[in-house]
This record gives sequence, structure tokens and C-alpha cells, in this order.
Amino acid sequence: MKQFDYVRPATVAEAVAAAAQPGAVYLAAGTNLLDLMKGNISRPDRLVDVTHLGGLDQIETLADGSLRIGALVSNADLAHDANFAKSYPAVAEALLSGASAQLRNAATVGGNLLQRTRCAYFYDTASRCNKREAGSGCDARDGENRGHAVLGWSESCIATHPSDFCVPLVALDAIVEIEGRNGRREIALDDLHRLPGNTPERESALEPGDLIVAVRLPPAARGFATHARYLKVRERTSYAFAVVSAAAALRIENGKIAEARLALGSVAAKPWRARAAEDVLKGVAPTADAFQEAAWRALSEAKPSGDNAFKIELARRIVVRALTLAAAGTPARIPALPASPFASTSGALHA
Amino acid sequence: MPELNLSSTPAHLRHGSNIGQPLTRRDGILKVKGQATYAADNHPPGMLFAVMAVSSIAHGRVISLDVAAAKRHPGVVDVMTPDHKPQLAIDPEIKTNPFVFRMEVLQSNEVRYANQPIAVVIAETLEAATEGAVLLAPRYETLPPLVGLDAGESYVPPVVGVGNPTENHLGDVEAGLAAAEKQIDATYETPPQYHNAMEPHAIVAAWNGDSLQIDMPTQGLMLSLARVAELFGIAHDKIHIRSPFLGGGFGSKGLMAGPPVLGIMAAKLVGKPVKLVLRREQMYGPVGHRAPTRQRLRIGADGEGRLTALDHHARTVSSAFDDFYEPAADASHTLYAAPAIRTSHDAVRVHTGTPLFMRAPGEATGSIALESAIDEMAWACGMDPLAFRLKNYAEVEPMTGKPFSSKALRACYEQGAARFGWSKRSLQPQQMRDDAGLLVGWGMGTATFPALMFQAEARAVLRRDGSGAMEIGAHDMGQGAWTALAQIAADELGLDIDRVEFKAGTSDLPDAGIAGGSAHTATAGAAIHSAGAAVIAKLADLATNDERSPLFGAGNAGVVARDGRLIRRDDESRSESYVDILARAGVAEVEARGTGAPNPAATEEYAMHAHGAVFAEVKVDPELGQIRVSRMVGAFAAGRIVNPHLVKSQLFGGMIWGMSFALHEEAITDRRSGRIMNANLGEYHIPVNADVPPLDVITVEEHDPHVNALGIKGVGEIGITGSAGAVANAVWHATGVRVRRFPIRIEDLLTQL
Ligand SMILES: Cc1cc2nc3c(=O)[nH]c(=O)nc-3n(C[C@H](O)[C@H](O)[C@H](O)COP(=O)(O)OP(=O)(O)OC[C@H]3O[C@@H](n4cnc5c(N)ncnc54)[C@H](O)[C@@H]3O)c2cc1C
Ligand code: SF4
Repeated sequence: MKQFDYVRPATVAEAVAAAAQPGAVYLAAGTNLLDLMKGNISRPDRLVDVTHLGGLDQIETLADGSLRIGALVSNADLAHDANFAKSYPAVAEALLSGASAQLRNAATVGGNLLQRTRCAYFYDTASRCNKREAGSGCDARDGENRGHAVLGWSESCIATHPSDFCVPLVALDAIVEIEGRNGRREIALDDLHRLPGNTPERESALEPGDLIVAVRLPPAARGFATHARYLKVRERTSYAFAVVSAAAALRIENGKIAEARLALGSVAAKPWRARAAEDVLKGVAPTADAFQEAAWRALSEAKPSGDNAFKIELARRIVVRALTLAAAGTPARIPALPASPFASTSGALHA
Repeated sequence: MPELNLSSTPAHLRHGSNIGQPLTRRDGILKVKGQATYAADNHPPGMLFAVMAVSSIAHGRVISLDVAAAKRHPGVVDVMTPDHKPQLAIDPEIKTNPFVFRMEVLQSNEVRYANQPIAVVIAETLEAATEGAVLLAPRYETLPPLVGLDAGESYVPPVVGVGNPTENHLGDVEAGLAAAEKQIDATYETPPQYHNAMEPHAIVAAWNGDSLQIDMPTQGLMLSLARVAELFGIAHDKIHIRSPFLGGGFGSKGLMAGPPVLGIMAAKLVGKPVKLVLRREQMYGPVGHRAPTRQRLRIGADGEGRLTALDHHARTVSSAFDDFYEPAADASHTLYAAPAIRTSHDAVRVHTGTPLFMRAPGEATGSIALESAIDEMAWACGMDPLAFRLKNYAEVEPMTGKPFSSKALRACYEQGAARFGWSKRSLQPQQMRDDAGLLVGWGMGTATFPALMFQAEARAVLRRDGSGAMEIGAHDMGQGAWTALAQIAADELGLDIDRVEFKAGTSDLPDAGIAGGSAHTATAGAAIHSAGAAVIAKLADLATNDERSPLFGAGNAGVVARDGRLIRRDDESRSESYVDILARAGVAEVEARGTGAPNPAATEEYAMHAHGAVFAEVKVDPELGQIRVSRMVGAFAAGRIVNPHLVKSQLFGGMIWGMSFALHEEAITDRRSGRIMNANLGEYHIPVNADVPPLDVITVEEHDPHVNALGIKGVGEIGITGSAGAVANAVWHATGVRVRRFPIRIEDLLTQL
């Protein structure tokens, strides 16, 4: 492996200063970063290990009813926090449908948000990849791309963001708290990840040294707890990224949808909030027709970036299903196979 | 392996015979405690680490390597390249026997496939060697690679598999098709697959003068030893290989491949012990894989559902520089009684590593196509798939006309179908739903695998303290040889298993042949059987010729060996213990050797195969197209079952592999570069536990007097065959959509549901 410096700052301020240097990156649990380093995709000069920073591993309810999740909370701890799972069931379900139990035990909230794409050409250093090496080209564009983006892609890059966690978070208007060289600021999660345009190497709104310290769910996010689901179609039951996923959350009042939230995963370079579809659902009864209409709206701008037209049709159907499941009500317990279309199977034998 | 301390089985019960008992694996506790020493666990003093640099192009030449940069890196000791390497005694391109495959050991700067080794960096640490390999920054002259089943001009290979004829004919296929009332003409595709044993290929090599100590997982100790001897020009007795445990092999560790040879060369170059372990992605090239196939099946049937003709053609690939042809069409030789059968193969050359045997080579690929086509024909004839198979049941081997040495397939069909509840299946597809509204489908497939025998030798010893030893260079790949073969040894020596020192897994022991072809238990077992009989005969001679023995004069009547005693066959009241016989004779031990080999007369006369029937249930989400297997039942008849517990595990593993074949496994090759884009276990999908449904295995009683002395047929590979087709057929039955390209993917169903 390439030699690199390893620093373990004692405070957030020290961390930000250390990471602002060129060639420095933050190390959280390393489940993504270390793989990238072993594969020679990332070759940082300096790792700034944030896992020992104090105060970033708390889950706290704020006075206004928001929930603040520290960036170092593990994916597993968050999903298994009973209050959290009760208030934001789709988020917990999404977390539990990701990776494997071992990875979830290690992976952090901040790391999950900033995990890199799984585009095989990004990982294959012999391939041309604009994201890995700006301006080199995109070998995925005419390559093996059945898993690539159908929304928001550009000729420069057709990669998707693979996180499950981010999908319900973006639907629930999550906010990201950032500590940077100029102090603290916050942005909507929806603004954290960038679409590729001509600069796919710039993946997020973060500047050098910017540290995610927390993710916040605003008070309104709780309002969907009784009608919220995450659904993930994948090629095996566990330990697989989504082919397409969707988070659906409804606030139903007097038999009508007072407010709908919908986001799609693995369809674009960012978790894809489907606002047009949400608008269609506002004020209508939760019917199959309404959900079909929403699905059409959600994908109206989708176009295949390669051998992946099926993902558009699949996404429509997943939207309908996720909305249908959400309307039916959040189950009392997270299903044995979280986010799986097979979760409701009476024969589900694996918890 | 004197330090190998296998636990005896706490639950061991003896009912007169060790064979047939469900002993748990004797090496299980070692493995659970992490005390089983796999090759890469060895660290001889002074050992250095070697890391391969591999090619990122599939075809061309390496034109430069920055050796200086790599050597400047702290910890790097040396860099082995085509210009700087120990000389081999013979050109590795020369095929000295049919079991020799060409390998890349830096003989030139030519690149013939992606992930081909192009240099080896040797360093004091793994990290330094790894970075050294990156710093080599190879530059290439790239030539266009040949990729895929249509890469170029096809040709007819001289043989397929291991020396099988490329074409076989029985009767007039065209006439049979012309006369048929129903015809099927369907083409199926199977992808390249990689063995992906959990343990990567690894070697620790240490030279001591001109002798060589090797720790390396191998399924063929003596074949490997002979190859190392000829490549390095040293005598067989100068080489010692230890391979007590393999973390799976599946055929990829059978024959000596390039990487371990590079490890030995590296150790020679630096004059120190060297360890070389493949990274997962490096296993996608130099150590073999299952070639892709495109198979066309044309089948005819008469008005009553009787086959009139079966034509099975398989297109496959081999590497640009060597020959191995997946004998997929041969799957049609044995199962169904068509009066006219033709099987044929052709191939194209592509820039990949040479394909190789991978668990059920030919049988697995051929079976999923044949069983799908048979299912299609059953539907065309309006018949239940089981009834159709029974109608075309082969009473003799169709292609050869030979009688079967034994064939309990009918019982497999019956018992499997009964356990599964097959009789409740709807004939029409798309009829069944579960409570949650998922589509439910039931499918079946017939399993078959030849009962093979190779050659082996064993040495048996009986000692004055009443213990015995059995020595054979057998291989435990995880299948349980440490246990099953020791059970056979104990029976043959007439001792309790705890009194037998069973030695295996090293090259200084008698040659056990190769652990492949599902023939290891049969072959090694036969050698153990004859060595045991020979040593007992020697012991009996001591007793029956000695007038002080109660067995004096029993020579003609004979004795049986049981519980450490020889017992007169015609008078059980007269017996003597081994201890007493050897003490009186004043010898410390008696020793004898025995061999196991195929019986040419029997092979000439009989067709020898294991059989089975697999039934699968799948559920398919009717809108999303996601498929999961919800239940599988397999009934198998494979002759004598030495250890039912281990046999079930083998069959479970095979059935899971079959479902993996139908639904998950596929190496994705970039069609432009020839690189494999999912060379890791994150993206090359095999089932996880949550994908594996409840599995039920029935072993059907079968007595075979012809296959070998012990009547063993082997169970290592048969489980895949039949299973893959059963799952595919169940998907059709659930959805009414016939997918002929494997693995079946969501998009294959999505728009058709
Ligand atoms: C085999 C496999 C399967 C997987 N399957 C799934 C799946 O199905 N669904 C899914 O959602 N995910 C999946 N993952 C991804 C997994 O969720 C991520 O690897 C994990 O969440 C990353 O968290 P980490 O703490 O290990 O981050 P690291 O690997 O340490 O860091 C990841 C990135 O985030 C940056 N970073 C980390 N923390 C901060 C911070 N606080 N502020 C700023 N930057 C930061 C790092 O610099 C790095 O660039 C899978 C991963 C693997 C290896
Ligand atoms: S899709 Fe994006 S990440 Fe993938 S190769 Fe193209 S530029 Fe790189």
C-alpha cells in the first residue's frame, strides 16, 4: 500500500485543520475508504481519523422536536435504537437493508452519506473514469451499465449513489450539519450530493476540510411514522446494493393524503427526491390510480444511460408498491427481511 | 502432519461398522478454533512476501515496467520479471501430459488475458510488496481482445472435457426430428463462472539447497509434485508438499497453475522462503473458470410424448493459447431414452485464462439446458414434467446401449416427488399464488453424474499395541476426507476409528490420485480397502500358521477382522487379538500396501452413474420480477453412503450451487477490454444464507456391485445438476415466461409479467 500519514485529532477544530490540507481525507469506519485504498482508487497522503472525536456519537432529541444524529453513530446502533425506529421507521428499515450486519456494525452515519459510487469502472483503475480522474472519459457510458443511472446523468458520468440510508433521509428533509474552516453551517441533504454535469469528480457540496458532524431530522419528519416504508429490489436477499429502491412516507388525514414524501435510490448520482410525484398525491385519496400517476410523474424525466431501460419500469413499479405499503401502514415491527418485497411472505424464515 | 491432532467424535457410536455412520467431521473442532493450518498460515523464519502484478489488458505486450521505482520503495527486496527470474528446467508451454495446462510464469512479455501475472514483487512486508506492484506502472502495447461466444471463427475442437469425443451419434437425428409430432428448438446461454473457493490460492515455498518445502492447497498432491519436479528439474524425493486442508477447490486447485509456480521461483530468486497469496480479483484469470456456453437443443417427440430425437449442440470458448472445452452437450448421453441422439461441440478462442474443470464441468452447464428443454417439451406434449421424464426413462444408457451398473433413479423420482408434494402441481403455468400474492412455481430436474474411479495407493499398518495406521496422500477440501476415509480405514483394519492413525494430506504418503470427478472417496477408499485387506491377510498368516494360535489352521476357512481381533469365519468362538498375534510373533508391526483402480472389464460392460431428482419451488413478485427459491427437495442415489452427514452437506452444497447457477452467478466481462468487471465477492453474486431456502435431501438406497469394491459412486458434483434446471423450470411454472439465458435476471421477467 502507498505510505500515508495517519493523524488522530483530539478536537473537531484540529480535525478540520488537518483535513483541509491537500491530499488529506477523513477516515471513519473505513468500510468504503479502505477498500478504495487497497484497490488503489484512492491514494490519500494523509488519513484524518475522526472516530475518536468526542460528542459525535450521540442521538439526541432537540427542544423543537428535531432529532440530531451524530456523524459517528454506527448504522447498526441507529437502526436498533428503539425510539428512532419507531419515529422514523423507513430510515431504520433502509439501514437494515444495507450491506451486511458486520458492515453495519462498523459503518458510520457520516461515512454512509459520503460513500462513493459502486460503478465498476470507477473501481477498475485501468478504465477511464471522469470521476476518478477528471477529463479521462467514461468507460461505463458504452460499457456494462445495466445498473447505472436513469435520472440526472450526463455524458460525463452515469454513476449512481448507492446509499440506502440517504433515500428516506432525503425524503424526510434531513439536514446536514457541517464544520468547516469558516465554522459551522448546515445544508439540506438534498443539496449535499451533486449531479455530475461536466464535473463528476465533484461529488458533494463539501469543501476541503469540511466535516459532517451530524444529520438532523426536522420536527415534521416524525409526522410520517405511521405510514412510512422503504423498499429495495436487489439481486440477492442480503449483502447486495439496490437495483432500484424507494422510500415512501405519507401523512394521511381523514382518508386523504395530507402530505407525501417520495425518494428513489440507485437511480441517480444522488438520492432522488421525487417532488413532482409528491405534489400529485397531495390532497388525494391513497388509491392505486393515484400511486400510478405518482409513479409516472416520478420517472417522467428518466432516460436510459445504457442497457438499463428496465430500471425505469422497475422504478415505477417500486414507487407504486412502496406507496401502497406505506398507505397500508407501517408494520409494528421491522420485517424479518427489511425492505424486501418478500418480507411479507409467510414463509420468511430468516430474521 | 504429526502435529495434526484430530479430535475424535464425542458422539461416536459404533454399531459394528464405521462406514455408514454419520460422524461429525474430525477436523471440525480444529477449524472452529482456528487451529487448522491452511497454506497461508505458515510463516517459516525469514519468510518474505511476494505479490503479483497482473495485466490490466487482455491482449498485447508489456512494453515497460518501472522496476527501479518499485525497488526504491522501502521494504522491497526484488522484482521478478521476464528479464530477471530463475530459469526453469523445461519450457512451461510444453504439454508433457494431457493434465498439463499452459501457465504464465514470466516466460515472455506477451499478454494473453486480463489478470495475467506480469511481474512479482518480493518484499519484507505484504504492504511493501503490494505498493511495489503498483509502482511498476506497466505500460502496454494493446491489441484488440477477443471477447465472448461470437468472438471469431468457430472451430471443432479435437476433444472436449478430458478426452471425450467432440461429437457422438446414435441413430438418425434428422429423421427422428422430421417424424416427430412435437418439436422444440431452443437456445440457452450460460455465463462464465469462477470457482471462488473461500480460500484463495496460496503458497509458502522454501528452498533448502536443492530440496523444496511447499505449503499449498492442492486437490492433486502427486500431480502437483510431478509438475514442480519437471519445471524445476529436481527429483521427486526432493520435494515435500503439505496440503492438510483446503478452503475449497472445486477443480481450481487440481492442477498446478502459474501463481504457485511463481511463488517457488520467487523463493529461488531471493534465496529465502516466500509466501504468495492471490488477491480475490487475481483469482479471475490464472486459476481457471467455467467457460460460457451457448447450447442449442432440438428435440422431437411423438404423439404419446416419447422422444424421437435429441440433438444437443454446445458452443463454448477456450483461451487463445490452450485447450479446455466444457463438454456441455455430453449431458445428453445418459438421461433420456431417445432412439436418435446427436451431441456436438464447437468453440471460439477468446482472451481469457484457460477455462478449467469447475464443479460438474459439462454436467452443470449441459444439465440446465437439457432439463429446461425437456421441460419445454413436456409442456409442448401437455404432460406433467415428471410423467414425461418417466415416459422417457432410460433402462440402458441411451448413447452406448450399455446396462447401468445400478440405477435407482425411479426411486429418486418417487421419493423426491412424494416428499415435495409434486402431485399437487398444476400443469399450466402461472396458476399458483401464495397468501401474500406472490407467484409460486414448481419445477424439477434430473440429476446425473458419472461414477468415476482413478488410481490410488495406500499403506496400512497394524501395531503391537493394538493400534493401526492408514497412510494415503488424500485431500480434504472441506468435503470431509479426514473423516470419511478414516471411517473406511477403521473398518478395513477391523479397529475402532479412535485406534486408527489416519494420515493424509502430504506428498510423502502413497499417491491418492486427484480429488476430483467426485471420485476421491471411491478411489482412495478402494486403495484403503485393498491395503487393509492385505495387512489383515499378513496378520492372519501369522496366526493361522502358528499352532499356538486359536486360529491355527483356519487358513482355508478364513478370518474376519473386527474390534481388533481376528475371528474364524466358520467358528466365531475362536478368535485372537491383534496384540496377542503380534506379541507372540515378536514383531512390532505388520505393514502392507494396496491399490485402487478402475476395473476395465466392468467399465467396458456397464454404464456407471449416480442419479437424482431435484424439485424446487420458487416465488416471484408479480410486479417487480424478483425471484426467490422457497423450497428444494433432492433425492439422490449414489451407491454406498460412507457418511450420511457429510454426504448431505455435499448434496446441500451442490443444490445451493445449482440455484446460484440459475439465479445469481455470472462473471461480467467488458466486451471492449476483456476485463472482468465484478471480480470480487461483493458483486459476483453467490447466494447468501437468506437466499437459501429449507433444503431437504433424501439419499436413496442403492447397492452397486460393479463400480468398485465398496460400491461408492461419489456425491461431490451431482447436486448442481438437476438443481439448476429445477429452479429455472420453477420460474417458468410461476410466471409462464421461459428464460433461456442464465442467470435469470429481473429484467428478463419484468416486462413480460
Ligand atoms: C460489500 C459492501 C456492501 C455494501 N452494501 C451496502 C448497501 O447495500 N447499502 C448501503 O447503503 N451501503 C452499502 N455499503 C456501503 C456502506 O454503507 C459504507 O461503506 C459505509 O456506510 C461507509 O461508512 P464508513 O464509516 O465505513 O465510512 P468510511 O469508509 O470511513 O468513509 C467513507 C467516505 O466518507 C468520508 N467521511 C466519513 N465520515 C465523514 C465525516 N464525518 N465527514 C466528512 N467525510 C466523512 C470519508 O473520507 C470517505 O470518503 C456496502 C459496503 C460494502 C463494503
Ligand atoms: S459512470 Fe461515472 S464513475 Fe462510472 S466510469 Fe463513468 S465517470 Fe466514472
